[in-house]
Amino acid sequence: MGFISRGFRGRRRDVDTSGRVPPGQYVVQDFPVLSAGPTPRTPLDQWTFTITGEVASPRTWTWEEFRALPSERFTTDIHCVTKWSKLDTVWEGVSVDTVLEDIDTDAAYVVAFSDGDYTTNLPLEDVSDGKAWVVYAYDDRPLEPEHGGPARLLVPHLYFWKSAKWVRGLELVAHDEPGFWETNGYHLRGDPWREQRYWGD
Amino acid sequence: MAGTALLGRLTWRLGTVVALRDETSTVRTIVLDVPEWPGHRPGQHVDVRLTAEDGYQAERSYSIASPPGREQVELTVERLPDGEVSSYLVGELREGDQFELRGPIGGYFVWNAGDEAPLLLVAGGSGVVPLMCMVRHRAAVGARTPTRLLYSARTLDDLIYRTELEQLAQGDRSPEVVPTLTGVTPPGWTGLARRIDERMLADVAWPAAERPAIFVCGPTALVESVARDLVDLGHEPGRVKTERFGPTGGT
Amino acid sequence: MPLTDENELRLDGNALAGELGRVFAVDVTAADGRCGHCGRVAPLGAQHLYRYPSAPGAVVRCSACGSMLFVLVDLPDGVRMTIGSLSWLRLAPGG
Repeated sequence: MGFISRGFRGRRRDVDTSGRVPPGQYVVQDFPVLSAGPTPRTPLDQWTFTITGEVASPRTWTWEEFRALPSERFTTDIHCVTKWSKLDTVWEGVSVDTVLEDIDTDAAYVVAFSDGDYTTNLPLEDVSDGKAWVVYAYDDRPLEPEHGGPARLLVPHLYFWKSAKWVRGLELVAHDEPGFWETNGYHLRGDPWREQRYWGD
Repeated sequence: MAGTALLGRLTWRLGTVVALRDETSTVRTIVLDVPEWPGHRPGQHVDVRLTAEDGYQAERSYSIASPPGREQVELTVERLPDGEVSSYLVGELREGDQFELRGPIGGYFVWNAGDEAPLLLVAGGSGVVPLMCMVRHRAAVGARTPTRLLYSARTLDDLIYRTELEQLAQGDRSPEVVPTLTGVTPPGWTGLARRIDERMLADVAWPAAERPAIFVCGPTALVESVARDLVDLGHEPGRVKTERFGPTGGT
Repeated sequence: MPLTDENELRLDGNALAGELGRVFAVDVTAADGRCGHCGRVAPLGAQHLYRYPSAPGAVVRCSACGSMLFVLVDLPDGVRMTIGSLSWLRLAPGG
């Protein structure tokens, strides 16, 4: 495992005993910034959000149109596959149910795609019925580029790599297609309550 | 034989702290006894791994400060405000303590004393550590390579190895040390007093036609800006070797 | 964390020397590699590394075109390297 160094404690992390935190996680106060590439900087006048793939008609919103959609402010917990959890994070954004409203599709899966070529795959039902949002504010401030701004996907009931930063749309697909981290050995679905961290868990 | 030596560098070994030396108010040198240390080249680093009692691990990389040939290995570490590893190494750590390290590694960011090209070293803050290793090695082997160190720090008190650099800078084949301070300067300061920019590099660096070997080390933003400026001044990108410390310089 | 410049998040491939040693058993940071996307040849140590203490893996991108050369992930059954656009790697004689 590693030689235990006398007196080393590491970053502040708390073990939660309330049952609120999935197994194997610890609670942190900071919000680590992580990415797989340079931070994209799409100007808002070029930003669009698109529903595409196996749909009768794709739909697209500009930033103004997207911001005009009904939105909600909510508080939730987030869980990263690398074991840190952050509680009571405050977000504001549009429910994925709203963007998929009246969509005509037989697809059972989605691939969320982002600027910078990041993708992640999810079952359609994991982004439906109030389980997912496209958020543009964190902690009552516009979402910073380092944290995925102008907008990111938020799917709090799954490991946080599914909450794709810099999201630009959802592609509806018939079969589950592994995205970036999934192709690199992580789990297809990523349910923290079942500790689905790696492929084959 | 060579195979085992190589593999040894890539496995975790236990180093024991034999001495600690404060360099500045936030920077400390750790002197380590590392059994079967294979020797290193100037510019290389080690990975350090700390494990807490609950199994939590943190790993960071630190440049080797001591020149090749010494029995003990020295690391110079800057304590960063939110650094979980650096605050342990420059705080809690005591003589007799042990921690895991892996190395020496990093064959890319290395200077060989046999290289005859003039040597330009550009440092930001604790980025001076691997470059100081090169300077120390040069002195130890008696090399005469023309060498310049452009070193950016906030204040005079933040200049790591200041006394040693002043001493090394005397003599006919000594390295030229050019500090530049970006914060408050001491009264009577006649040296450079601003962030490194292209004009400063044009003044301090050799012309591109002389093809100096260039090493730049420090926070990512400084390294990127300096590397870009040097290429704009005509230096070949392949001659400009960089070692970015990330946003917080190594935490 | 008040990072405002995306360039701050980037390291050099040289910092991945230790982890790469688990895959190659030699230090490959001085080895030249070719990006299959843009054709540029450069030492691995000079490429762009995206790696954070709390990240799922380390991503190395071509410093010329940004294309993903390879990814290192620490999986329970060992370290895994997924090769992207790295078309070849040439180790110097003697490793």
